[in-house]
Amino acid sequence: MIKNKKQKNKIISLDNVSISYGSFEVVKNIFCDFKKGCITSLIGPSGCGKSTVLRSLNRMNDLIPNCSLKGTVMFDGINIYDKKIDPVEVRRRIGMVFQQPNPFPKSIYENIAFGARINGYVGNMDELVENSLIKAALWDECKDKLGDSGYSLSGGQQQRLCIARTIAIEPQVILMDEPCSALDPISTLKIEETMHELKKNFTIIIVTHNMQQALRVSDMTAFFNAVEYEDGDGGKVGYLAEYGSTSKIFNSPKEKTTQEYISGKFG
Amino acid sequence: MQNHNLFYQNKSSRNITDIFLTSISFLFALFAILPLILVVSYILFKGGSQISLDLFTLEPNPPGDEFSAGGINPALVGTLIITSIASLIAIPIGMGGGIYLAEYSKGGLFARFIRFGVNVLAGVPSIIAGVFIYALIVSTKIIFGSTYSGLAGGIALSILMLPSVIKTTDEGLKLVPNELRQASLGIGASMYTTILRITLPAAFRSIATGVVLGIARAAGETAPLIFTALFSYYYVSGFEDLFYEMGSLSVLIYNFALEPYDVQNKLAWAASFILVLSILFVNIFARILANITTKEKRI
Repeated sequence: MIKNKKQKNKIISLDNVSISYGSFEVVKNIFCDFKKGCITSLIGPSGCGKSTVLRSLNRMNDLIPNCSLKGTVMFDGINIYDKKIDPVEVRRRIGMVFQQPNPFPKSIYENIAFGARINGYVGNMDELVENSLIKAALWDECKDKLGDSGYSLSGGQQQRLCIARTIAIEPQVILMDEPCSALDPISTLKIEETMHELKKNFTIIIVTHNMQQALRVSDMTAFFNAVEYEDGDGGKVGYLAEYGSTSKIFNSPKEKTTQEYISGKFG
Repeated sequence: MQNHNLFYQNKSSRNITDIFLTSISFLFALFAILPLILVVSYILFKGGSQISLDLFTLEPNPPGDEFSAGGINPALVGTLIITSIASLIAIPIGMGGGIYLAEYSKGGLFARFIRFGVNVLAGVPSIIAGVFIYALIVSTKIIFGSTYSGLAGGIALSILMLPSVIKTTDEGLKLVPNELRQASLGIGASMYTTILRITLPAAFRSIATGVVLGIARAAGETAPLIFTALFSYYYVSGFEDLFYEMGSLSVLIYNFALEPYDVQNKLAWAASFILVLSILFVNIFARILANITTKEKRI
């Protein structure tokens, strides 16, 4: 019963999405429904376009010259690539955490308050900063030095600050692009714990190269792979090879390539 | 025997060449700095002795007065006014252009054309800027019928400042890591908020330094002012003086250094002293500015 309900609850769905940089096609014909309240991980070998797909979900690809998208990306029943859509508004609903921790050159407090303020937050700012830091599991470590620069924190703490900053604007979805790849295992573990907490309130979609991480944190897994172009000039195009619940992908994958990737035969 | 080879060999040709080339490059470095030291110290020596209170408060006497040349007050004030006009024109336009190039243009054909144009403009001799403004403003009397004026001088200098302001803004913004931009856009900030609140403050240091140096460079220009602001012996007394000939330190030096009278020559030295000193101070100020802002950034 609950499972059925979950399946109806799709928050973002990709319908025949192809993304290209100029004339070079990166991913082709992606169909995928991301479920509300779940952590979905995107895995796959380098160059298969999983980061590109992730960035297309909140129109971050708009910033790359020549990047174009075909097909539709539905978010809450609206095509976010419609001409009438304001990408700034999309990014307010769908926040993003990047590979490299990138706090602003401001104080810890301001790092969080900045986003909330420009989004028109009118409530108690101190409370919001505290709540966001608590949710990102950073409050205890920095409650006494909110005035210090965001750069004074360690790499793992900076990344959690970036997560807190994203939470503060109260998006519906949080996209994470390899959030732990620049971090040590202990910081990684803390971020994963944070993600489990966040799942209660947010939908999370994460790109990761670490299969153990995908297994640990995610409910659903999408495996992307790349194949050479049919005309055979050596270029590769990415596609969604398999998508399902994480336990299914890792324990009984349907595709042979998925099986091979997961067992470490390539990638 | 083999161990011996580890010791430093004074007489090996490799080490001798090494010492020789090191000394030569040191010598050339010394030659390179020599003109600067000589020019500055000569001006300090010749001009420094002329400094008095009268220098700053009096008008220059017309040539022919053999006992006193007066002061340089009109030229000092004129240089300040003309440079301010140039800054008021060049900084907003230049920063706007630089922001467009670095943040909005995405490296298209138009942007490449502008960058090329800016580089060409930076290489245009300053006298051309003077002649251009002379033809455009002075000879046509387009500004309320005035011919030579402080305003025209300021406009001519702004042409010289413009490329350096555009370039420093463009380069300064390009140095801001893209991650910062993405971070800001990723939490739903608009392009405008991102530039105003994140990228410009992050690039403030390099932009401010570049702009201040551009001002210092413009302040010392002579050629464009001869065609536009000309020169004046009289105090700047009101707003309307903007539309008449205006003195400046550099033109005063040019005029008075060529006079046959000794007192006038001395005044030119004094003006050189003031000009060099103020440019030196502006440079030091730019460095201090850079230091202050870096400290602030780390909070």
